[in-house]
Amino acid sequence: MRRLKSFGAFWYDFIIGDDWHVAVLVGIGLALTAILTHVARVNAWWALPVFVFAALAWSLHRATANKR
Amino acid sequence: MNALPLILTVFVACVVEAVEALTIVLAAGITREWKSTFQGMGVALVVLAVITAAVGPAVGYLPLTALRLVVGALLAVFGLQWLRKGVLRATGYKALHDEASAYLREVAAAREAAVEKKRGVSDWYAFTLSFKGVLLEGLEVIFIVITFGDNQRDVGAAVIGAAAAIIVVTVTGFAVRSPLTKVPENWMKLGVGVMLTSFGTFWGAEGAGVAWPGHDAALLVLVPVVALVTAACIAWLRSREAAAAVPAKKSEVVGS
Repeated sequence: MRRLKSFGAFWYDFIIGDDWHVAVLVGIGLALTAILTHVARVNAWWALPVFVFAALAWSLHRATANKR
Repeated sequence: MNALPLILTVFVACVVEAVEALTIVLAAGITREWKSTFQGMGVALVVLAVITAAVGPAVGYLPLTALRLVVGALLAVFGLQWLRKGVLRATGYKALHDEASAYLREVAAAREAAVEKKRGVSDWYAFTLSFKGVLLEGLEVIFIVITFGDNQRDVGAAVIGAAAAIIVVTVTGFAVRSPLTKVPENWMKLGVGVMLTSFGTFWGAEGAGVAWPGHDAALLVLVPVVALVTAACIAWLRSREAAAAVPAKKSEVVGS
């Protein structure tokens, strides 16, 4: 069980890293892009970059807000 | 797409990983014992080869749209992790990754550990240190090679970039017999983060059904935009730091 946990922790750290909010925001961005493209028929090429930049800024803000 | 940007991107990303693996291998070999170190490295390379043989062809059978969606998401998240760490290091919020001090830490730990013979290996500590270092950094190399290679349907070009990086770093490292401290690792990591995030965003959006304006040429705009946003984040954190320092100085004057 402990080995399974450490195996899971390794892959979580490898893929998700220090801030899981980044992965969630990228996931939401991809889902929204797919909905806009396939349901609303909008070629939303701009949507994912917006979420990616927002994820970076938000994560940096969270990491630095209470430091120093 | 021309294979050169793919080769260069994979090359730079793999140089960073190879430098980190080399630091650990040198620390184990120089302070402990080369034979066990090479055994650890060899077993790690065999495990990596098995993983590549198992995962590589399976990924190739996935439909391109699904592959781009999944791999794009993974690469974007992976790239953002690199950018986050790189920006925090560039602005002083996180200590700079220094191969020289990482090497000294590994050397100090290796000198303190007792020599233990186990499973036919004369120095188990040197074996496991070398094995873990090569396996972990090698996994990142495989991840980059498979994702970039499969997405561009040009695994050969990605392998050329990775192999060139590993050869250059290994030959240089063993020639100087010390960690490659002159490599500007943080700036290289920022550069790799920009590339991984850009490619991840591009492929992820394509996988979600988007048609990029200008098709592949959109990457020529996306990469500089991601670099500019990263530079803006560094400037933003530095200005916030400076703004926080000014009132503190003023209050010192008022108080004194």
